[in-house]
Amino acid sequence: MTESAIVDGNEAAVGVAYRLSELCAIYPITPSSTMAELADEWSSHGQANVWGHVPTVIEMQSEGGAAGTLHGALQGGALSTTFTASQGLLLMIPNMYKIAGELTSTVFHVAARSLAAQGLSIFGDHQDVMAVRQTGFALLSSGSVQEAHDLALVAHAATLRSRVPFVHFFDGFRTSHELNTIEVLSDDDLRALVPEALVREHRGRALSPERPFVRGTAQNPDVYFQARETVNPFYARTVGVVQDAMDALVERTGRRYGVVEYAGHPQAERVVVVMGSGGETVAETVAALVESGERVGVLRIRLYRPFPAAELLAALPATARVVAVLDRTKEPGSEGEPLYLDVMSAVSEAVSAGRRDRLPVIVGGRYGLSSKEFTPAMVAGVFAALNAPVPPRRFTIGIVDDVSGTSLDYDPAFDIEPDDTVRAVFFGLGSDGTVGANKNTIKILGAQRGVHAQGYFVYDSKKSGGTTVSHLRFGPHAIRAPWLVTSAGFVGVHHAALLDSLDVLAVARSGGVILLNSSLAPDQVWDSLHRGVQDEIIAKGLRLYTIDAGKVAREAGLPGRTNTVLQTCFFAISGVLPREEAIEAVKSAIRKTYAKRGSEVVTRNEAAVDAALEHLHEVAVPGHATTQRVPAPPVPLDAPKFVRTVTATMMSGRGDELPVSALPVDGTFPSGTTAYEKRRISDRVALWDPEACIQCGNCVFVCPHSVLRSKFYDTTQLEGAPADFETAPLNAAGLPGARYTLQVYAEDCTGCGLCVEACPVHPVPGTARRAINLADAAPLMDSGQSRVAFFESLPQNDRARVDFGTVRGAQFLQPLFEFSGACSGCGETPYLKLLSQLFGDRLTVANATGCSSIYGGNLPTTPWATNAEGRGPAWSNSLFEDNAEFGLGLRLAADLHTSLARRRLRELRDEIGPDLVDEVLSSDQIYQVDLQAQHERVQEVMRRLADLTGPQAEDLRSVADHLFRRSVWIVGGDGWAYDIGAGGLDHVLASGRDVNVLVMDTEVYSNTGGQSSKATPIGAVAKFASGGKAAAKKDLALQAIAYGSVYVARVAMGADPQQTLRAFREAEAYDGPSIIIAYSHCIAHGIEMKDGLAQQYRAVSSGHWPLVRYDPTLRDRGLNPFQLDSPRPTIALRDYIYRELRYRMLRNADPDEADRLLALAQDAVNQRWAVYEDMATRSATQFIPDARKRSSWT
Amino acid sequence: MDLTTTYLGLTLRNPVVASASPMTQDVDGVRRLVDAGVSAVVLPSLFEEQVRREEVSDTMLQEVHEGSFGEARNYFPDSPTTSLGGVRAHLSLVERAVQASEVPVIASLNGSSRGGWTEIATALAGAGAAAIELNIYAVPGDTYTSGAEVEKRHLDIVASVCSAVSVPVSVKLSPFFSATGALAQAIVNAGAQGLVLFNRFVQPDIDPVRIAVVPNVHLSSRTESRVPMTWIAILRNQIRTSFAGTTGVEEPEDVAAYLLAGADVVMTASALLRHGPQHATHLVTGLEGWLAEHGYDSVNAVKGLLSVGRHQDAEGYERTGYVAALRKARQTYGSLT
Repeated sequence: MTESAIVDGNEAAVGVAYRLSELCAIYPITPSSTMAELADEWSSHGQANVWGHVPTVIEMQSEGGAAGTLHGALQGGALSTTFTASQGLLLMIPNMYKIAGELTSTVFHVAARSLAAQGLSIFGDHQDVMAVRQTGFALLSSGSVQEAHDLALVAHAATLRSRVPFVHFFDGFRTSHELNTIEVLSDDDLRALVPEALVREHRGRALSPERPFVRGTAQNPDVYFQARETVNPFYARTVGVVQDAMDALVERTGRRYGVVEYAGHPQAERVVVVMGSGGETVAETVAALVESGERVGVLRIRLYRPFPAAELLAALPATARVVAVLDRTKEPGSEGEPLYLDVMSAVSEAVSAGRRDRLPVIVGGRYGLSSKEFTPAMVAGVFAALNAPVPPRRFTIGIVDDVSGTSLDYDPAFDIEPDDTVRAVFFGLGSDGTVGANKNTIKILGAQRGVHAQGYFVYDSKKSGGTTVSHLRFGPHAIRAPWLVTSAGFVGVHHAALLDSLDVLAVARSGGVILLNSSLAPDQVWDSLHRGVQDEIIAKGLRLYTIDAGKVAREAGLPGRTNTVLQTCFFAISGVLPREEAIEAVKSAIRKTYAKRGSEVVTRNEAAVDAALEHLHEVAVPGHATTQRVPAPPVPLDAPKFVRTVTATMMSGRGDELPVSALPVDGTFPSGTTAYEKRRISDRVALWDPEACIQCGNCVFVCPHSVLRSKFYDTTQLEGAPADFETAPLNAAGLPGARYTLQVYAEDCTGCGLCVEACPVHPVPGTARRAINLADAAPLMDSGQSRVAFFESLPQNDRARVDFGTVRGAQFLQPLFEFSGACSGCGETPYLKLLSQLFGDRLTVANATGCSSIYGGNLPTTPWATNAEGRGPAWSNSLFEDNAEFGLGLRLAADLHTSLARRRLRELRDEIGPDLVDEVLSSDQIYQVDLQAQHERVQEVMRRLADLTGPQAEDLRSVADHLFRRSVWIVGGDGWAYDIGAGGLDHVLASGRDVNVLVMDTEVYSNTGGQSSKATPIGAVAKFASGGKAAAKKDLALQAIAYGSVYVARVAMGADPQQTLRAFREAEAYDGPSIIIAYSHCIAHGIEMKDGLAQQYRAVSSGHWPLVRYDPTLRDRGLNPFQLDSPRPTIALRDYIYRELRYRMLRNADPDEADRLLALAQDAVNQRWAVYEDMATRSATQFIPDARKRSSWT
Repeated sequence: MDLTTTYLGLTLRNPVVASASPMTQDVDGVRRLVDAGVSAVVLPSLFEEQVRREEVSDTMLQEVHEGSFGEARNYFPDSPTTSLGGVRAHLSLVERAVQASEVPVIASLNGSSRGGWTEIATALAGAGAAAIELNIYAVPGDTYTSGAEVEKRHLDIVASVCSAVSVPVSVKLSPFFSATGALAQAIVNAGAQGLVLFNRFVQPDIDPVRIAVVPNVHLSSRTESRVPMTWIAILRNQIRTSFAGTTGVEEPEDVAAYLLAGADVVMTASALLRHGPQHATHLVTGLEGWLAEHGYDSVNAVKGLLSVGRHQDAEGYERTGYVAALRKARQTYGSLT
């Protein structure tokens, strides 16, 4: 009997790839990471392939590294595969040419994704796979989860038979992340299509000293060309080989595929050609249109390379009058997108050669870039446009292009979904477990006999308090609907506040059911809804249920985890299963899921199920609305126009409605837009106690979200302050009468609690109370607005009057990095905020892709901000792998223009004024007072320049701002610095140029979900190191110190904020390369984030993270440049590490190995400490000298 | 010299047993103690409530960010399935300690649920523990549970564990019962094969300078042996069971004193922590010397020599001791009245 399962596209593909491979060379990249993660998990659990061997899974430092390893393994005869997407696939291109040129069998499984152009996108389209269509790899496309499973097998079978390597791809997110019911291929199915004889043939082609040969020669004009043509017969055979494999599959499974497949009216006049999941959408729509009498059809391309021209011509009905070729990619400047050009060339060539009678009108359209929705309504719109007397030559569908006029109109109300499909949509917040619960629900329902299930999940771009939307379908037939639910019979609103920020009821079907999670009593719920919601509930005749899931979860001992409670409610009121049966199914799933986590976890979740039913209430819906309340606008009415129109639309979840003209042409967006987005995501926020506060500035220093700000001011400036504005006498000598305010931006606070932990004051002995505490947010939100507004009206403290060499003084510097969407309590963002406080008005940031580029640059709102003068950090992200080089380029450009400006200034010395020019040219711009004076001088130069004409003056005007010293910072995480960008970083540090590098070291790839990097310490469990990392963490500091010319610091804000501050200032002042490696606690460590600072302290106290500074200028002065800033370890390593889940996991799963690795880790700590102590006692001459001659920027 | 003794039906090479301490929380520590001569090792107590709490908090830590962000389905790899959850790490310690030790390893358990006591005790026995020591703990500050309820809970736990495991079971008792003797008897009747006298509950200190509670552990001192020693002497001939004296064993003479009172073994942690594992050698050789010096050829020869005789009046023994103590105090400090 065929086994069915509910999996996503990634699991479907890797489920085959793993079983047919001996080696997986991997590297994490969204949205393909799951494939690599599962392969690694299975390998670490000893799961065998179909030949009984456990595949080797190896994580490399980059996709380029993975491809190189793969190439070697293939030449060594191992069946090898990899999983990747987007830029990762691009990094594999050089090897892809080699692998294909050597006719080497392999399959790359690709979750196809957009490429970074005007902006990065993690979402799906075909830009990446289209960028490798020329490499010689075959390209096989899957359009659904089942296909991702089946065609993975076809690809593995075909590559061994044809010797042509394959890219097997499916749409990122839409297919890679869609859960759907599939029929699972058995090992016998796999063995049937991939017989061992083929495997042995593959091995037989491997390099071996026993039968040596040379492969990979350098060839010359005499033979290279001919040699390149030798492969043609292999490619000529491949289409047939693929079809044969598909035919073999149908024999075993009954599922039929063609390299090209036609569906629709046999005499179709209008035909759409399409590839990927869009093919499902078009096919479903065509079926509906044909049923309504239209002569339309769809031609789905499964094999794209080698291009199956003959099969395409055979499949395309001779009656086709108009053909629209849809590409999910963009090729600017091209005559058309690739699939269009291929179809056009195939058909027109056939007509011109007389092999086909009529040339239909062939037009090309673009759709679905970056997972843009592609719906039956859009398909109908395309077919409608093809009916026009002159169909649009090139078009787009799914957007409004009011710039080039490419977009087609369509009727969004067009719907083809069958009535017997149950549809439900759930709106949740990131950490509430909604997505997990819905995945569970799908598995419960999908396990019922004859039930097919589908789930798709949409996330916003915030890492804290982000919205998730789950789209679920269940029905008696296979669900082929790769688009979002637009008409749901059940809508779960798991956070009442979402009703005010999103139009969540738009998706509700008339007569449907709404489940609202609200902390209000059932009889208060109705009146709490705003007018629009009340009207919509009444108009659609919706039934409204409510539960206080937070309370139920809390009482069940699962605070914050409302997933089980709300899932139970769904089953209780949706009617998808008989109630009793449903509840038992939920409990059974709980036991299955949590048995391995221990009995208490099961008990508490089961208790939550029972309690949920007791607290679920239906709310009586009156016949008319009872309120006039309307929700607040998403941004203030006085926000800049761009923010009010474009940003606010994105924030409201209506970004799809923005026309092309609304968006910048080159990816340039305004700074500081998070300030307009008052997210109110926490029900607990910081509350200052002015009387207890000693004004030390610790809380301001560590606040990851810049929601704590300090100012001091004269008493007289309190005039006009709101009555509840809080103020205290400034606790500083020399400023009698001055007042101090620590302002909490309550609406932006995430309630992480780091400020409370950092506060040294205990005003009431024996209690946990501090001078700053967390308090209920509700009373502080609205009332806080006027306090914040008044606080902002107070002048920013003069930098010249602040000693920002101390933590206490630094609190008065304005942060120009604020309210980011980073995780609540993030360990990275305090460092970026500090950077912006210290150097923000002359800061240029090169940001490696990763967490910091997401919370730093993901739309709709971004946190890098400007000061009152409009100056602030200039921020950009190039790629993941090239960030150091990118930053160096920014530095070099600045140096060039600084040099040009100085030259022109010298040339115009008399015209501008000799004194001023001399002062400008001689300022070393190290200290704040110099910098401030220099800025004023440069302003004066600009003023004087205004009266000058001529090329020198024009030149100077264009670069004069470079006379004010720029601070270039290269920032990123450990995945970048230790792994993918290590080569570039190393080179940039060796360049001697004045760049500053900040490595925010979380010891894993945080953004993609906690994969191991070379920064991951011994014994820590991470993805790709699920058995505990068995290699030492790279000592990046010592590597950099080895150059002698690099300023190096290792810091941990939670252990010694003063040392952190000092290191940042020294690094920036150092005229040369500098690197700061900053301990950054992270959700991937498995800690309560409020404990992050304490963990930093323990990391230092245990010797895991010794604080050091290496300053080459000290050597020049005859002093020891290596300064060990932390004392000898005072606690054992175990007392630090076992407070983190990443280490405890190993202790629980494999205590022997945990003990072994702990012992080795402790040894490593001891040994490194001994080395550091030795270095700290050396003389200057025992260190490498700095051989550079001159300042890098003059 | 025959130093062997029998405790819980186990023949031990001498009466010095290492009780639970940081030294027994890893295999190396156990190995050092065994090498130093202890005759059995009690591993640190597995506190079920703590384990269960950690299971829940670890699960929440693992899951809290799952499905919250598009680029990461979760943040930790899936760990292999085990039905024992957080107990697993402790079982591994038992297994490895048993493998590393040629003397019996006794596992200690502090359960929090009826199912937990028996399930975990069975697992501990399965992991190779030679005996199970039940560390039954009643919250001292609980003003709602009566003494009768506390005692019943003890007896229920003992009965259920003893019926579930085939290895011997001992009970480590609190000194604070209104009728310690009767409870001890009832516990033995319920199936326990030994009594460990007594448990010391953590007594946090108060720091008047910082105005804070200081939860530090203080190591026991010799004077603290009086209470357990007295009770062992009283119960020795009344209850047929094994006795372990714990608390206040500092020197070989203290071992001897416990044996004279009627203990089958003495358990020590504080002295070993204070002086290092090699102190066990000192205790064993010192005991051997004491026996020889006093003309005894075996441990069994001195066991219970100063216990209250079966027909002797226990109350009288205590009163005698009380009167003698008062007399001694008067000599030392002058009149107390």
